[in-house]
Amino acid sequence: MDVRFINAFVGAIQHVLRTMCSFEVKIGKPFLKTDSNPCADVSGVIGFSGDATGSIVLDLSFDVASKLATAFAGVEITPEHEGFADAIGELCNMVAGNAKKEVGEGLNISISLPNVITGKDHSVAASRTTQHIVIPCRTDAGAFYVEVGMVMGKNSAASRQVAAAGANS
Amino acid sequence: MKIMLVDDSRTIRNIQKNVLKQLGHTDIVEAADGVEALARFNEQVPDLMLIDWNMPNMDGLTLVQKIRQQNKIVPMIMVTTEAEKSRVIEAIKAGVNNYCVKPFTCESLGEKIEQTIAKVAASR
Repeated sequence: MDVRFINAFVGAIQHVLRTMCSFEVKIGKPFLKTDSNPCADVSGVIGFSGDATGSIVLDLSFDVASKLATAFAGVEITPEHEGFADAIGELCNMVAGNAKKEVGEGLNISISLPNVITGKDHSVAASRTTQHIVIPCRTDAGAFYVEVGMVMGKNSAASRQVAAAGANS
Repeated sequence: MKIMLVDDSRTIRNIQKNVLKQLGHTDIVEAADGVEALARFNEQVPDLMLIDWNMPNMDGLTLVQKIRQQNKIVPMIMVTTEAEKSRVIEAIKAGVNNYCVKPFTCESLGEKIEQTIAKVAASR
């Protein structure tokens, strides 16, 4: 996966959590996802389609998810609250949307509606077709992970741009 | 002033309601997708609409197009994560009066709402 994509997602995570939750995010060293990591209690998942395909997964513990959702909504949101999944899904949606803009202005990339998975210590299976990078994040609410996998379509405008840039360099 | 909030996220609608309350607006109706919004619109035309783009059943862009086919006046603000210039242009062509990218601060959303209301008032 292109490192520029990682930077786009890092910027989006920091921007969304600063603006909507008043949390600063410190980024750790990204690593390749395996089938067994990371484990989470709550996962927000959004897919990308169009000129680029892939997905983003926000992996959170119940405690961190609750703190982020509470800061976001402005009222206490526990995992049992009816608005819990909605809040996590919307945060994930904002990160995906902002990253999409940074990945490629002028590209035609669509994002799916968010899905939120809950369950103690689950993991989201890695895609067989797209290598996912895991971005460790730390805030005053606690640590969480963001999994990102994105590849450009072979016939996309972006691929043509990259090919043209390579030919000119 | 009756304001309709159209967003599939209840959290976002609640945040928007709080912003509107701070601006003195309490007559608010809500819809969770374009289909519900269109039905409510046909029951009673609001004075302002805040519309999300990505929603189930009917997306915000389709909703804007459908409303503009029957009403050229009602002010609409697109409030969305769709931040690319091409999307903003697409929404303006469809008929929105203003555009607010998520994430937003309460202040920035409040400004967009007040700007839109003031522009519409000035044009009448």
